[in-house]
This record gives sequence, structure tokens and C-alpha cells, in this order.
Amino acid sequence: MTDKLLPPIAMLAELTHRCPLQCPYCSNPLELLKADREMPTGFWLDLFEQAADLGVLQVHLSGGEPTLRPDLEAFVAALSARGVYTNLITAGVALPEARIEALAKAGLDHVQISFQGAHWATTERIGKYRGGHERKLEAARRVREAGLALTVNAPVHRHNIEQVPAFIELALALGAERLEIANVQYAGWALLNRDQLMPDRASVERQIEIVEDARAKLIGVLNIDFVTPDYFADYPKPCMGGWARDAFVVAPDGAVLPCHAARTIPGLEFDTTETRRLADIWTDSPAFNAFRGTEWMKAPCRTCERREIDWGGCRCQAMALAGDAAAADPACRKSPHHQLMAAAVSAASAGPQASLVYRRVGAVRTAAEV
Amino acid sequence: MTATTPQRALVSTRSVPALSRHVRLQFDPVRQAWAMLSPERVYWPDDVSRDIISRCDGRTAVAEMARALAGLYSAGRDDIEKDVMEFVQHLADELLVRL
Repeated sequence: MTDKLLPPIAMLAELTHRCPLQCPYCSNPLELLKADREMPTGFWLDLFEQAADLGVLQVHLSGGEPTLRPDLEAFVAALSARGVYTNLITAGVALPEARIEALAKAGLDHVQISFQGAHWATTERIGKYRGGHERKLEAARRVREAGLALTVNAPVHRHNIEQVPAFIELALALGAERLEIANVQYAGWALLNRDQLMPDRASVERQIEIVEDARAKLIGVLNIDFVTPDYFADYPKPCMGGWARDAFVVAPDGAVLPCHAARTIPGLEFDTTETRRLADIWTDSPAFNAFRGTEWMKAPCRTCERREIDWGGCRCQAMALAGDAAAADPACRKSPHHQLMAAAVSAASAGPQASLVYRRVGAVRTAAEV
Repeated sequence: MTATTPQRALVSTRSVPALSRHVRLQFDPVRQAWAMLSPERVYWPDDVSRDIISRCDGRTAVAEMARALAGLYSAGRDDIEKDVMEFVQHLADELLVRL
């Protein structure tokens, strides 16, 4: 490391893998952790104290569905007492009114609610949850009534990409400050379902035009964050802002990870704060140092002028597609594997339409047996 | 867009900016620096930016802010007012302050 190691700014706390929805685009691992592997309240409270001591300024409370944890209010209160900004990332279907008020009272700063579709039928079909859309609308209204800031999160794929204008209308109608148009990242369940989720090039190009146009028109009204569809891009996304650079993830079983899919990379071992201080994990864990900075890079990343912009892209995508976690992310036009991206796009539109594999414990085994 | 879509707020000398409810300016003891926290983003305002942001309190008009800052920096009020308006407009466009 040539640069001085700075403390992390953000932490993604995956409190549970349990979720009432079964979205086939989920980036959680295929091997979902059951409730009996989840960490108790005291573990998380201690971890949040350590995170605040270390310099973490934002904690994203996520999952799975974090509101399934009855101790969520205690977590928000503890973080808030330390001045840490709290962001609840929820599906919004298991949030009764009193809960939102209790979370707001505990000091919650911001709520992000996912919408699987801009219309109820799509939301129900993708999330496999009857009445889900109405519940999300109601949760969003209650978030606003409680005086909390709101982001509408729209995970975009083939089945809803034509609804992007409607997602923008929805975010405006709900009075959200932010809208995330998040093209699905093909990891976990989304990678398994890639051929059934990948949009075609024309739809992606139309989407980019619509978003750019709306962004310009809605300056000062709605912030639109656009998570780019990297299969159609020339350069990769700077995944996590660079491996172990300013953020980390904690899985439901307490494992501290440099990114939420890091367990798909063979050979990396992960610590928990049951056995090691968070500060030590951040600075000294071999998994965190494996791809930190630029020293680990191979050609073409090593000498690339974008090496400290893209940070080589996504290590897990390099592993999944190029078979080497230290290779350039194939999303990069300079990667020798870049043609895999276009090939995947073509295969998705040409191939026969299989059915979606919905996210639930044991679903993969079941699908393989059928 | 629908007819009810709110419009972009444009700053004037009479605007009274306030930090949005989802934005916090606080001192970070670990880094010994001021941080402005918002969803998904942390800003590190410099001293001049912080002088403006900390006056976005929902009580102080832009003209008053400029007058105070002109005194603080011993600078011309017109120049300061222009800079303050530009910066507050930027903050409003990012929804970090409300006018």
C-alpha cells in the first residue's frame, strides 16, 4: 500500500437473509442463511459501537428484509446516539404505522423502499407477494408523514425497463427526494436468472435517454441516481468505490466482508467481530488487503489511466465471468473477456424463455432437480 | 410530468435556506473534520462552504448571510452575495437545502 489507509465511511449491515419477497434479481447469495445463523442483538450493538469508533458515518440497515428484526429500533437508537447516519433499506411490505413512527423516534434518518414495478401487477409478479404494491405505497406515505426522507428504489431489468417513466412519476407522486434507477447487478440470484432478466440493447439505450432527460428537467425537484447497466458499458463500475477502500459489509452471520458478494471468491477467509476487533479486520484482514489499492492488479488494469477511477471494477464479476478475481472486470472494453458481456446480452435475447427462479431457501436445489 | 410536479426553487437575496431534514452537518472526531451527511453521500465542506451551510438555519436570508460573511472576510458585499447565491443554488439543486 502506497496510500495511507483511511477509515471506512459506510457500513452495509445485512441483518437477516429472511425476506417476505422472492425477487429473482436479488444479489444475496444463493445459499441464504436461515434465521438460526443470524447474530443476536448484543453482537450488532457491539459492532455498531466499534464501527462508530472506527469512523463509520453511515450505516445502511439492509438484508434480506431488516424490518423482520424486532431489535431494529435498538440498532437505530444506538447508531443515532453516536451521530451515525442511518438508512433503512426495505421492501416496505412489513412496516405497520407504529413501526415507522418508532423508528423515526429512535432517530432514523432515511428510508429507501424498493418497488419491483411502477404498476401493481409487475410488483406482485417480480416480488411474488400479493398486495405488495399497495403496501409499499402505504409505507411510503407513512414514511413521509413521519417526517423521514424517502428514496424510491427501482431495480431495473427486462420485465420493467419500459416502466422507467412511470417510476419517475411514482417517485414524484410519493414526494420522494431520491429515485434510484438501479439496473440489476448480475450477482447471486440475478446471475442465476441472467438470461431471463437481461434487457435488450434498444431498451437500455431508450432508458438512458429517458433518465438523462428527466434528470435535467427535475433539477432541484428529484435527485435521480442511475446505477448503470454495466453489461452495455465501456468501462466497469467502481464497485464499492474500490475494494475495502471506504465501505464494508457485514453478513447476517457476522462475517465482515469487503463487498456483499465476496464469499463467491474462493480462497478468501473472513473474520467476525466475535473473534477480532473491527479495526484490526479493516486494516489487517488478508481478505480486505487482497484487492485493496492497485498493487494486486494485472494487465490491463495495472497501467490503465483509469485504475484509480474504476479500481478494476467488480472483483466478484471478474471471478464469475473471467474465472479470475484479479482479472479486469469484463465490463471493461480493455478486458480480454469483454466479449462475454455482449455474448450474454445476445444469448439472453436469442435463447428460449425459461421461467424465473424465485429467491427462497432451497430454490436452487429444487430448480436443479426439476 | 404531471401538473402537480413541484418546481425547481430559484435562490434570491430574500431566500431563507434551511438544511433539508435528511441532511446533517456535524463534526467528525475521527477525521477532525466537518462532514455533511445525506443519503448515500458524505460531503466534506471546506471552511468557506461551512460558513454558508451553517447559516442555512431557516431563519437567515441570503442577503443577511452575505452581509455577515462580507464582514467576516473583510470583502465586498456584492461579490460575496453572488458567491453565496451560487453556492446556495447548488445546494438547493442537490436538495441539500430548501429555500
